[in-house]
Amino acid sequence: MMRRALFLLPVALFLALAGYFALALRPDRDPQALPSALIDKPAPAFTLASLDGGGNLSSDGLKGQVVVVNFFASWCVPCRIEHPLLMRLATQERVPIYGIAYKDKPEDSRRILAQLGDPYRGTGVDRDGGTGFDFGVYGVPETYVIDRSGHIRQRFVGPLTAEVVEKELLPLLKQLNRS
Amino acid sequence: MIVEIGHFALILALVVAIVQAALPLAGAARGNVAWMEVGRSTALAQFLLMAIAMAALMHAYVTSDFTVVNVIENSHTDKPLLYKITGVWGNHEGSMLLWVFILSLCGAAVALFSNNLPPALRARVLAVQGMIGTGFLLFILLTSNPFLRELPPPLNGRGLNPVLQDPGLAFHPPFLYLGYVGFSVSFCFAVAALIEGRVDSAWARWVRPWTLASWCALTIGIAMGSWWAYYTLGWGGWWFWDPVENASFLPWLVGTALIHSAIVVEKRDTLKSWTVLLAIITFSLSLVGTFLVRSGVLTSVHAFAVDPARGSFILLLLLVAIGGSLALYAVRAPALKGGGLFAPVSREGALVLNNLLLSTGAATVFLGTLYPLFLDAVGGPKLSVGPPFYNKTFVPLMVPVLVAVAAGPLLAWKRGDLLGALQRLWAAFAAAVVVVLGALYVTSGGPVLAVLGLGLAAWTFVGVLAEWTERLKLFRIPARDSWRRARNLPRSAHGMTLAHLGLAISVAGIAASAFEVEHIDIVAPGGDLPLAGYTLHLDKVEKLQGANYVADDATITVKRGDAVIAVVHPQRRFFPLQQQTTSETAIRTNFLADLYIALGEPDQAGGWTIRAYWKPLVPWIWIGAVFMAFGGVVSLSDRRWRVGVASRLRAPAAQAAAGD
Repeated sequence: MMRRALFLLPVALFLALAGYFALALRPDRDPQALPSALIDKPAPAFTLASLDGGGNLSSDGLKGQVVVVNFFASWCVPCRIEHPLLMRLATQERVPIYGIAYKDKPEDSRRILAQLGDPYRGTGVDRDGGTGFDFGVYGVPETYVIDRSGHIRQRFVGPLTAEVVEKELLPLLKQLNRS
Repeated sequence: MIVEIGHFALILALVVAIVQAALPLAGAARGNVAWMEVGRSTALAQFLLMAIAMAALMHAYVTSDFTVVNVIENSHTDKPLLYKITGVWGNHEGSMLLWVFILSLCGAAVALFSNNLPPALRARVLAVQGMIGTGFLLFILLTSNPFLRELPPPLNGRGLNPVLQDPGLAFHPPFLYLGYVGFSVSFCFAVAALIEGRVDSAWARWVRPWTLASWCALTIGIAMGSWWAYYTLGWGGWWFWDPVENASFLPWLVGTALIHSAIVVEKRDTLKSWTVLLAIITFSLSLVGTFLVRSGVLTSVHAFAVDPARGSFILLLLLVAIGGSLALYAVRAPALKGGGLFAPVSREGALVLNNLLLSTGAATVFLGTLYPLFLDAVGGPKLSVGPPFYNKTFVPLMVPVLVAVAAGPLLAWKRGDLLGALQRLWAAFAAAVVVVLGALYVTSGGPVLAVLGLGLAAWTFVGVLAEWTERLKLFRIPARDSWRRARNLPRSAHGMTLAHLGLAISVAGIAASAFEVEHIDIVAPGGDLPLAGYTLHLDKVEKLQGANYVADDATITVKRGDAVIAVVHPQRRFFPLQQQTTSETAIRTNFLADLYIALGEPDQAGGWTIRAYWKPLVPWIWIGAVFMAFGGVVSLSDRRWRVGVASRLRAPAAQAAAGD
């Protein structure tokens, strides 16, 4: 009997896996824009050492303006895909983007920014990923929109695409800046 | 017109696949030979039809037929011809077509080279192959049809992602799919054996070459992908533990386990139900990989366009194929009787250890890949799994694998002498110690784990060579007699030696990457950048016009002291159509180390960011992979697998020469 049960194990495990896959496919779950439990809630407080060595990047310091906070890492390949978009947002649209280097050695983050260009007005070092954990970061890159009062208004999981930027990010920023 | 012929051939292939799935199976159940034989003709017909469909789509790409939606979205008249052709599989629809084309190729190969197979087994194998084909052809026709038209046609296409316009990546998918889909043959054999309720050494002798061939193709495919990432992403990394990379690595790991456990079935007629399970899981992981890449449940650079309908369809296919085969396994496998007994310390025991470690390693990678998905599904905290996870879990599991690779082949079947084997490995142990001490001296106490990794590679390399020289009695008997022994040794033994040497070479390359030296700085034309004893002199940066891009082309003279070693040209290419920049790195190798130079952004003062790396032993990673694949090919040429030999060796293979 035990022996039979052992042979049932593979198919049972597979069915459990298929169940997870089905959950992952449910239509309201969009992996590109996972709803955050923190939407419309105050952003978690953080104070991070600045990547360039001068001062800190803190949640309090960002208050009073509508900002985009982008979690990135030098070891993250999708970050390189969205990087040109961030550069365009920073230079052409003048969007204030702040970077948080997630679980990354500061020298590696500095290197990648030196090499590709730095779209960030300021970058904080989240060496152990604690701030990322507070935000509920699922994987880098991840991008948050935070309003003047410090509330998270939107979350984008995975690399930003030109379409998301045009249709969602820029309209949202415009609306938040007007109000 | 040609597009419609392709479309029609695809529909016809579906009809043929349905016949192939049903009739031979019924024939095998009733003992109707004529029905069984339908399997062969339908398999060949399916291959022919898929070839027509493939050729039709290729024709549309080469002639830039912009009435076809797929061509509009992925091609452009300015694209070089090579990338017009390879662009066929640079997108979701076309790559699925390639997937099924290769499936039909495997089916045709089974039909052609299976004269010695019992007709009922052959019919069942081809029928299962037909079922898989039916599922995926339905998938293409219903959700991902590459032959859809759009009228009126636009003036030009949207072009292929510039990152994909690269010779390394152009041929990466065909090899990868040859591996993925090739494993379907082992899967079909496993399912057919479960239906028949019989697994014997003749079965293993049939399955192993197919598995080995697929494994070789997958090895090359993965190595090509990693090499592409290395030279094209411009910062010297070659493996990122990205979900899609893992999706190709998982079937490789389990497929490697399968190759080894099939040996035990062939030689000793035991471990049967485990081997059947591995054969099912290997292909199942290929299918799961397809699901992960194409359903968009995980985010990855490689992911294709996301469409929930496709995801649901593939999930349905997974349920039928994997769920069905594993359910069949649960019902039929308990009846498979194991054969020969063996002591824990024996060749069988070593192969079981190999299997345990490889499958645990695969489970670790699987968990790491899907962990974010699992947690998210139950609404748990959101975590991310990066390279640190794999370094702490997967890498330690591979250490005992390497230790065992040297010792395993020295153990006898049934009951081995571990002490004796270890005594014969004194040279390997000495080599490991020398390499560790040497590396510590040269790097003045550099990273300890990397140094140990090098020592482990030396242990494996010398240990594998020791086993080989022992078989030839090299240096102990006259050279001519050793030569005779080498010629009499089965090719599969030489193949094993080559593949294991390749593993050691790759491991050395991976371990040594910890010793790399990098120097990144802004250099003005005329300036120098020192790197690991070399001087890189930036002569100039010019604008060049390419076929569909504009390039900044740097001329850099590499000097050692005053001697000029090389002049290299790293480039940054800008593709105006896609508004995207790619990096063409310059790599100068002497096979012991790479000089890796990439051109970065210019600054306002006329300087350029130059990223330069000195990477010791890095080329060995891919050289090792080529050795592994070559070892597989040598093993495949073994005479006992050639057409017509299998039937003459139907008797239990105990006398096969490899184990003497």
